[in-house]
Amino acid sequence: MTNRISTTAHGILTLTWILVALYMIFLYAPQEATMGEVQRIFYIHVPSAWPAFLAYFIVFLGSVRYLWRRSQPADDLAHAAGEVGFVFCTCVLVTGPLWAKPVWGIWWTWDARLTSTFVLWLLFIAYLMLRSYVFNPGRAAVLGAVVGILGFVDVPIVYMSIRWWRTQHPQPVIAGGEGSGIDPQMKLALLVSWGAYLCLFSYLVRLRLGLANARRELTMLRREFAPRLAKE
Amino acid sequence: MQTLRIVWTIFAKDMRVEWRHRETLASMCVFSLLVVFLFNFAFEPTGEESLRLLPGLLWIAFAFSGVLGFNRSFAAERENACLEAMAISPVDPGAIYLGKMLANLVFLAITEAFVIFTASVWYNFSFLPSLGRFGLITFLGTLGYATVGTIFGAVSANTRMREVMLPVLQFPVAVPVFIGAIEATTGALRGEPFSTYASWVNLLAGFSIVFLVLSYLLFEYVLEE
Amino acid sequence: MPPGISRAEATLELRGVSKYFGDLPALRNVSLRIERGDSVFIYGPNGAGKTTLLRTLATLARPSEGSVFFAGEDLHHNAAVRRAAIGFVSHATFLYGELTARENLRFMGRLFNLPELEKKIDSVLELFSLRERADELVRGLSRGLQQRVTLARAFLHDPTFLLLDEPFTGLDAASRENLENILRRLPEQRRALVFSTHDFDQGIALSKRLVALEAGQVRYDGPLSLAPLDALRISRRH
Repeated sequence: MTNRISTTAHGILTLTWILVALYMIFLYAPQEATMGEVQRIFYIHVPSAWPAFLAYFIVFLGSVRYLWRRSQPADDLAHAAGEVGFVFCTCVLVTGPLWAKPVWGIWWTWDARLTSTFVLWLLFIAYLMLRSYVFNPGRAAVLGAVVGILGFVDVPIVYMSIRWWRTQHPQPVIAGGEGSGIDPQMKLALLVSWGAYLCLFSYLVRLRLGLANARRELTMLRREFAPRLAKE
Repeated sequence: MQTLRIVWTIFAKDMRVEWRHRETLASMCVFSLLVVFLFNFAFEPTGEESLRLLPGLLWIAFAFSGVLGFNRSFAAERENACLEAMAISPVDPGAIYLGKMLANLVFLAITEAFVIFTASVWYNFSFLPSLGRFGLITFLGTLGYATVGTIFGAVSANTRMREVMLPVLQFPVAVPVFIGAIEATTGALRGEPFSTYASWVNLLAGFSIVFLVLSYLLFEYVLEE
Repeated sequence: MPPGISRAEATLELRGVSKYFGDLPALRNVSLRIERGDSVFIYGPNGAGKTTLLRTLATLARPSEGSVFFAGEDLHHNAAVRRAAIGFVSHATFLYGELTARENLRFMGRLFNLPELEKKIDSVLELFSLRERADELVRGLSRGLQQRVTLARAFLHDPTFLLLDEPFTGLDAASRENLENILRRLPEQRRALVFSTHDFDQGIALSKRLVALEAGQVRYDGPLSLAPLDALRISRRH
């Protein structure tokens, strides 16, 4: 019972925070000088990135704990974070071009941040695809954990190598550095939005965990009753 | 040391098995040849253009023939459940990984030599002036690629659609290898001083070490059922 | 005998083992103890869990619940020691088609770090009458011959526990008789035999203990003489 209550409370908190953030994004924050209204997508694009990276970190932690202690909740958390993180990562990659096209006239550029985010997105896909395609579902957790660990260790190396690559072949940077000369009202809107996204992220992970638990209960029931059902 | 002996045993076994029919090597060489050939229709190589595009071309060819090689390396084991036979022997799983990785490394190296030779003829480009450095870079890049290719090959062998699963797993992870190898190769072929691309070489070496150790430790989880 | 475990202590045991593949229970709460000198016949209809049981004993399958013990210790310590004491034959041959029988045996022998490897290879080739064809590629051998090479591989490292899943598959009459003779001698060599076969009569002729499996559960585990064959619905015309 308490679980239901706290989940609902979490949901209400998330909704409230998002509404506040929306208010701040559209009504509170002043219009950006050069880019106009379309700049407001910045408040969605930038805060989406954080949960995506955080999610992969959680995948890593869950994977390590699962391999070490075979803790099923750890594996559930890793899987949940993987799925939700993938969604957030997709959001970053979609909102980026939506912002870039009207403002700078190009859909996409291979700058360091976008490229790294794209690789992260691929790493999410690799993790999720692997877990779905394993022949024997019992092994999906262990193999997923191995991939999660290898992928996460790779993330900083990828980021570093892409940045070096970009310094060798520089390009005009598409998004001005975050927080560089930013209006204090905009900063506040950004922070609120950032918090809203983290709240949404944790809420979605929680929901996803609930789903995993429900599935597990179903499997347990099936296992117990399968032989009896088969006989009939 | 016991582990090294086992690594050698497995490596030698892979070599011997391959030598009997040379199917994997043949298919890797033919495939990469085709990749290099198709590129011919993408651009007409003048001297300067060759220099710009060759490193990328070579590594794309290596990347795809690697997929072939890593997949087949474990397909052969699956045929008669030989991987299981190794799993229930008293050997350290990490040793199995190292043995397979070294075998993959050799197969890739042979394919690469073939591709490089062919590319030098078709694009009228001589690799000889910078052969030493180019060789070192190619070796380190191949090593880095083989470390992740081997473990992901073993992981993919447990999945449906394994021919697709392997590239999906290994290409994102191997991005630093490809960036580093291509950048360093470009520097070496242009005859630039080593210091300009030394950091890329360090990246390749660092990547190899990190993923070698990590894969060695994680391989037992890939083997268990 | 591998170092670290005295001959007297070697027992292989499942305690409360269940194994699920997804939702399907292959084994349900199985407890079984194998000691040296045992010869155990695992019998059951298709899908009863015989193969899963043998694979779990052989450490190829990890139990979903319960544990496997070797010499009283949980199997996840001292993996190398217990693996050196087990010889396993399954449906798959565990052989490299591109190598000869001798090369396959040599490879496995090196993995087991066996001393005097060539002598052991020769003796096990002799045991299964493989001398003449030992230097042909395995992929050129008939299924029956491959089965004999697989058996040779399982016996090569002198294991204490022989876990054989339908070892008679593909064997001709002479080879069958040969294998039966070998298996009969195992208890007096202080080794343990656990095997499954579809031929019920053959099974009971070679064993002293019957484990009847059905739907992943042990229906009977004890001496053959006391087995309630009717209750187990075992018809002798199998």
